[in-house]
Amino acid sequence: MQVHKYDVVIVGAGGAGMRAAIEAGQRARTAVLTKLYPTRSHTGAAQGGMCAALANVEEDNWEWHTFDTVKGGDYIVDQDAAEVMAKEAIDAVLDLEKMGLPFNRTPEGKIDQRRFGGHTRDHGKAPVRRACYAADRTGHMILQTLYQNCVKHNVEFYNEFYVLDLLMVEEDATREDGTPYKQKRVAGVVSYELATGELHIFQAKSVVFATGGAGKVFKTTSNAHTLTGDGMAIAYRHGIPLEDMEFIQFHPTGLAGLGILLSEAARGEGGILRNADGERFMERYAPTIKDLAPRDIVARSMANEVREGRGAGPNKDYVLLDLTHLEPEHIDAKLPDITEFARTYLGVEPYTEPVPVFPTCHYVMGGIPTDIEANVLQDNDTRIPGLFAAGEVACVSVHGANRLGTNSLLDINVFGRRAGIYAAEYAKDADFVDLPENGENFLVNQIESLRSAEGTEKVGELRAELQEVMDANMQVFRTEESIRLAIDKIEELRERYKNVAVQDKGKRYNLDLLEGLELGYLLDIAEAMSVAALHRPESRGGHYREDYPDRDDENWMVHSMLYRDENAETEGVKGIRFDTKDVVMTRYEPMERKY
Amino acid sequence: MTTTLEPTNNTEEVGAVESFTVTMQVRRYQPEFHEEAYWDTWTIEMYGTDRVLDALHKIKWEIDGTLTFRRSCAHGICGSDAMRINGVNRLACKVLLKDLDLSKPVTVEPIKGLPVEKDMIVDMEPFFQSYREIMPFLIADESREPTRERLQSAEARERFDDTTKCILCAACTSSCPVFWTDGQYFGPAAIVNAHRFIFDDRDEGGDMRLEVLNDKEGVWRCRTTFNCTEACPRGIQVTKAIAEVKQAILARNI
Repeated sequence: MQVHKYDVVIVGAGGAGMRAAIEAGQRARTAVLTKLYPTRSHTGAAQGGMCAALANVEEDNWEWHTFDTVKGGDYIVDQDAAEVMAKEAIDAVLDLEKMGLPFNRTPEGKIDQRRFGGHTRDHGKAPVRRACYAADRTGHMILQTLYQNCVKHNVEFYNEFYVLDLLMVEEDATREDGTPYKQKRVAGVVSYELATGELHIFQAKSVVFATGGAGKVFKTTSNAHTLTGDGMAIAYRHGIPLEDMEFIQFHPTGLAGLGILLSEAARGEGGILRNADGERFMERYAPTIKDLAPRDIVARSMANEVREGRGAGPNKDYVLLDLTHLEPEHIDAKLPDITEFARTYLGVEPYTEPVPVFPTCHYVMGGIPTDIEANVLQDNDTRIPGLFAAGEVACVSVHGANRLGTNSLLDINVFGRRAGIYAAEYAKDADFVDLPENGENFLVNQIESLRSAEGTEKVGELRAELQEVMDANMQVFRTEESIRLAIDKIEELRERYKNVAVQDKGKRYNLDLLEGLELGYLLDIAEAMSVAALHRPESRGGHYREDYPDRDDENWMVHSMLYRDENAETEGVKGIRFDTKDVVMTRYEPMERKY
Repeated sequence: MTTTLEPTNNTEEVGAVESFTVTMQVRRYQPEFHEEAYWDTWTIEMYGTDRVLDALHKIKWEIDGTLTFRRSCAHGICGSDAMRINGVNRLACKVLLKDLDLSKPVTVEPIKGLPVEKDMIVDMEPFFQSYREIMPFLIADESREPTRERLQSAEARERFDDTTKCILCAACTSSCPVFWTDGQYFGPAAIVNAHRFIFDDRDEGGDMRLEVLNDKEGVWRCRTTFNCTEACPRGIQVTKAIAEVKQAILARNI
């Protein structure tokens, strides 16, 4: 087994990972490990824009952006983190421009800005033009620009090196008040080289997790096949909590039946959602900002239209995104990619026909808890020295119960940058932590037993059953009964997973084996999401409980924290301990969330 | 390309998605178990909105887990799944089965000109090496950077818009007959990415890039076969971009 030594190891080469790498790479010996190639990550699929209060086209300021983020997240956003993000947004956009990102421009040559859901002027008075964009491929341009700058700075990549484990140690420590506790420390990661099937240990002073989300828990999702919650699950298995996992975003406009994303920019540019009767139904649900209400509200409204029989199509199971009133030239200039998706995948011509759409699992608001310096926390406030996380895998928490559109591209740039800087600075003064003896053994055994297993269960079948049950029961409407169904099924699948076998017995590029390991992560994450959802008897943001339709600030204005703990039990599920964490409030008191 | 198949089941039911059978003929290379490459054939049932990638997944997940290919986003933006489908380079996630002639088997092979590692997986390193050599990043004097953004007119931004669409999938480069016979040739994708910066009026590295591309393995190897333009899943006018780079070299008289 090869052992590599770096000051900083970054896991994941999407937006957050590469933004971190640009900073860390200039300050410390840095390696980036990715299970793909760098430009394959799902940041590239983001379309609409990245918000920052540049005020290039109309009055705006970062304080309004902070307010919108807090309100959009249904007040469970940590406000100190939201302030950091909204303030640093401006430099984050300007930095990208200086790195070469080809933003669309105003007639004066400044970065152009457009409207996006939930982003308003003066605390909700009207939509504001805040999203900086490059046509409808802003994420693609961010990913390319960051990779280009990694090339410029000679960042060292290990492509198709799949990180499967963290190497952690625990030390006896004492808190200020004298109580003893176990301090976790990170020593490195174990990575599986896809080309050869060899394991590599990367010893590092700092490790940055930037592994992205977990959308493949669901069947209908805008997420890539590779978004299987790896980073979250690896941390969780090491006793690191997962925060706010019940909050999952369903993007309103997925291509019906396919889940492929059509940007909110379509509505920002004037697109309108209609039901089968041609009615602009969002006027009933969000009279002020209508189609540009935040995603949780629009997705729920759409699902409700369908549920009440006003869906379009032969099965009345979707609604329509109408762009036909827009000039084709305008569509071509501002929305070229998404209109091509409609043509390619559904054979629909958006110039003349409305596009069938339905909510699609898009984003996990929760994740590995961090503070505003991107440092991972092992409980509500104890840092794990040297372990950082940024982007969708992390929960800092700037998105609360519902992320606003564009705030993820912003999050990865702001907190990716912070993670890179703080990881490098930590590494400057820190020593390497000794690798735990035979720390890779668990993984070696896991891989070899899966490779040689003679079980009767198939990965693809179990995964499909998981995704079906999550779509049916954990989507935009949830009840105790539906969540129980999901949990019972997940428990059954976890049992059957023990009897799973893969067909590929080789070493080279054994993606069959990897899908087996990914399924293990998906099951862990699906369970965490469902248990957290069951344990929160209120409705907030993306978490809507029909049996508890109101927000309950008195009891539930808290983050949920889930721990793997073999001695505990939560909601009848063994091995999970539930705790809560206070929300950081700075200047905004919770109000009713109306748009 | 037209659909010539008969639906295999009753589609009278309202809203039912048309299904059909398709024969997939896939080039296999499993060097751990077989010295030589070979063809495998499967006949499977697929549905109206399914793509070639869905057919490969169905085989992998339900029939033969050893079938190996890269994929990620599955909607044509990540660039992982370029392959030769019925003899032409395409992204497997962007080709709808119903748009192919399904009276014959659909052939799937790895892209050409890069070493095959396993089934559809090729070694992408030579491809990225060429990309890195053209200095694919904005070169500008940092001492003259404004505090705000640099200004750029909408027209100047439009000048290189087409080549910013590249997703580095290698469909163009691996469709180029010059690249097949001469692996040293930079290939269309690297030139497209050079074009993206050469025609960006914020960039000051144009001369350096043009010098690189004026090399004997640079733009002059292009024989304007147009395979690259035809292959590009992003609709980039690749051959035109190469021609513009050639003209820029001549104009600057390097």
